[in-house]
Amino acid sequence: MKQVFTRPKSLKQAVFHYCPGCGHSIVHRLICEVIDEMGIRGKTMGVPPAGCAVLAYNYFDVDMLEAPHGRGCAVATGLKRVLPDRVIFSYQGDGDLAAIGTAETFHAANRGENITVFFINNAVYGMTGGQMAPTTLLGQSTTTSPPGRNALLDGHPVKMSEILSHLDGTVYIERCAVNSPARILQTKRAIRKSFTYQIEGRGFTLLEVLSHCPTNWKMTPVESCKWVEETMTRHYPLGVIKDIPGAEKEKKDK
Amino acid sequence: MLIKSLFAGFGGQGVLMMGYSLAHAAMNEGYHTTYLPAYGAEVRGGTANCTVAISDEEIASPVASAPDYLVIMNTPSLYTFQNRAAQGGTIFLNSSIIDARPTRKEVGILEIPAGEIAEKMGDPRVANVVVLGAFIRKTGLISPGGYLKSLRKIMGERKKAIMEINRKAFAAGFDLFPEGS
Amino acid sequence: MNKILIQGNRVIGEAAIRAGCRFYAGYPITPQNELTEYMADNLRKAGGTFIQGESEIASVNMILGASAAGARVMTSSSSPGISLKQEGISSMAADELPGVIVNMMRGGPGLGNISPSQGDYFQATKGGGHGDYRVIVLAPASVQELADLTMDAFDLADEYRNPVMILADGMIGQMMEPVLFKTPKPRSYSEKFHLRGCGEGKSKFIRGLILDPLHEEEHNWKLHRKYKTIIAREPRHETFRTEDADFLVIAYGTAARVAKGAIKRARESGIRVGLLRPITLWPFPSDAVRSFAGKASKFLVFEMSTGQMLEDVQLALGNSEKIHFYGRPGGVVPAPVEVAKIIAQHA
Repeated sequence: MKQVFTRPKSLKQAVFHYCPGCGHSIVHRLICEVIDEMGIRGKTMGVPPAGCAVLAYNYFDVDMLEAPHGRGCAVATGLKRVLPDRVIFSYQGDGDLAAIGTAETFHAANRGENITVFFINNAVYGMTGGQMAPTTLLGQSTTTSPPGRNALLDGHPVKMSEILSHLDGTVYIERCAVNSPARILQTKRAIRKSFTYQIEGRGFTLLEVLSHCPTNWKMTPVESCKWVEETMTRHYPLGVIKDIPGAEKEKKDK
Repeated sequence: MLIKSLFAGFGGQGVLMMGYSLAHAAMNEGYHTTYLPAYGAEVRGGTANCTVAISDEEIASPVASAPDYLVIMNTPSLYTFQNRAAQGGTIFLNSSIIDARPTRKEVGILEIPAGEIAEKMGDPRVANVVVLGAFIRKTGLISPGGYLKSLRKIMGERKKAIMEINRKAFAAGFDLFPEGS
Repeated sequence: MNKILIQGNRVIGEAAIRAGCRFYAGYPITPQNELTEYMADNLRKAGGTFIQGESEIASVNMILGASAAGARVMTSSSSPGISLKQEGISSMAADELPGVIVNMMRGGPGLGNISPSQGDYFQATKGGGHGDYRVIVLAPASVQELADLTMDAFDLADEYRNPVMILADGMIGQMMEPVLFKTPKPRSYSEKFHLRGCGEGKSKFIRGLILDPLHEEEHNWKLHRKYKTIIAREPRHETFRTEDADFLVIAYGTAARVAKGAIKRARESGIRVGLLRPITLWPFPSDAVRSFAGKASKFLVFEMSTGQMLEDVQLALGNSEKIHFYGRPGGVVPAPVEVAKIIAQHA
């Protein structure tokens, strides 16, 4: 019988601790599939964050160095500068990347560090139990914005990808989602493109993934996929935000 | 023996270089020495000072609360530092641009028209080395040959022309106060 | 080899490069900027990586990453910046990653000022950041010793896989003195601790997070055993004029230099006084201090703070009326004559 689906080699034999319906496990799997397909497991190194993905080193079967909260891009900078021929990725949530680690993210991007950042945006703090994130939408209810996020009191949802796209050090930024098969396949293509750019030494690449959090959104998985599609993407439109001219190699590969 | 000297002036007069070259020469003559520049926010305002300690044993503090020698290159520095000079100490004054005179009575005062001398030599920038010539002669801390050797080392071999005018400036300062004057 | 006249901040940079440091990240702060500048100029020439970080926090986390990748690493700052680095230092201790952290202390608390001070003793020696850990703390008192201890710091960091702090102050950092560089030891640090991509082998990870309390407890005890070894093997101190002393001054760093000058004066007036200068502040040379318990009848702890090392001396000797304290906090460096008067008062 022909095998059509199996566990990627770069994904450890472990049961995910993520909640049912969480987007993290999909993104983990996609990254591992790409690592396998590109044959880069031995030279890929990951930097997991503080947040729901804090245990990512239990799933990725590559060398992993955990960063203190928000410092993923600084830690990845240290790794990459010492080991320039390794593929280094940082995996960060919205609180990690867009709140406590804003400075580290911004300046690694501005230095054009040749690393890839996976930015998982689910508009809420998952691990600590559903508090407001910098990316929480206006009107969205969280445990620290119970009546809904109020711009006057709580500020506005941050569009990190757009902000970072203005920095000269960034070469490729795309916003994807994992709420449908088509979106998942597009996310996988974007992961591959990020790693390809890094291997080509082009500079800072970031992939924002709109991810669903049924537990903290207090929705069923199906409802949460729908909410990504109908509500989140209105504020965070999907697609390529930046792809500098000349960065066209991926197309030729197809 | 422990001798502390404080050099003060405004930025561009080569005040830090005076201290550095003296400490360098003291090191080469086998002394213990420390060189401490003022590094506070106040030095951003255009004034500079540094302290050099020279001793034949370990130096406890590089700070001089009462320096034996004060080398004053501009008027504001005179007002700032004259009260710090040790009893019986000496103040070296760049008299070309300082009209005021120290009010301290129990210290020696040596007026050095360093600015004019340097001007006559065609390079006002060497006024600091003129003063150092006089300083080395009067204090006898280190040999003139030792000082010039250090100066040459600091200037580097490529700046031969600059070294030549500095050597002349040093000699002019050194000859201002002949033995016994 | 000839001595060179070199500034304290710059000598750290030169000694670090000679010792094989190949990664430095730092953020400018007075009074240690010359070190950052020296590394910018010279580390890159030596084939290493210099990064001016966007903050002290970013800088310390960069060296954390570079250390995991196997490089000899260093960061530097002064008091307020060292507070910011504590998160990373705690993480490096948890991860058992070697690295050298330089603190050129200035007056505090808060932004304080930029004058030499010794107010960070507690922070340096009692952990500093969160959690149950220690950092080896070396306290040089001269530019020459700064050169020597910088090289030693890298060896100690590797040997114990732990951060090592060089704790000096603005005066030692800014001052120039003649220096002769010693030959650094070749690095001995097992590649098995490196994280460099797993190749065809088994993947590894380094983490600070240990959710299971029993496992975290085990990790804490493992670190503790390491610290006990360091306490047994690494305390260093120097004594000065203690051969017949019945009065012992205890001071470190700049304060110890000043104390030496004061002791020379006090000796001239017939006081039999000597100095014990801790070179390692953690581990504190408690045994050396204790060895004077029977010999000296009076002790004076002198610090440029309101009394921090004092507590370690009291722990070593037992609190007693024989222990006196003199402190000048806030960025004041007293003259030897002032400290000599204090010695005379207590003699």
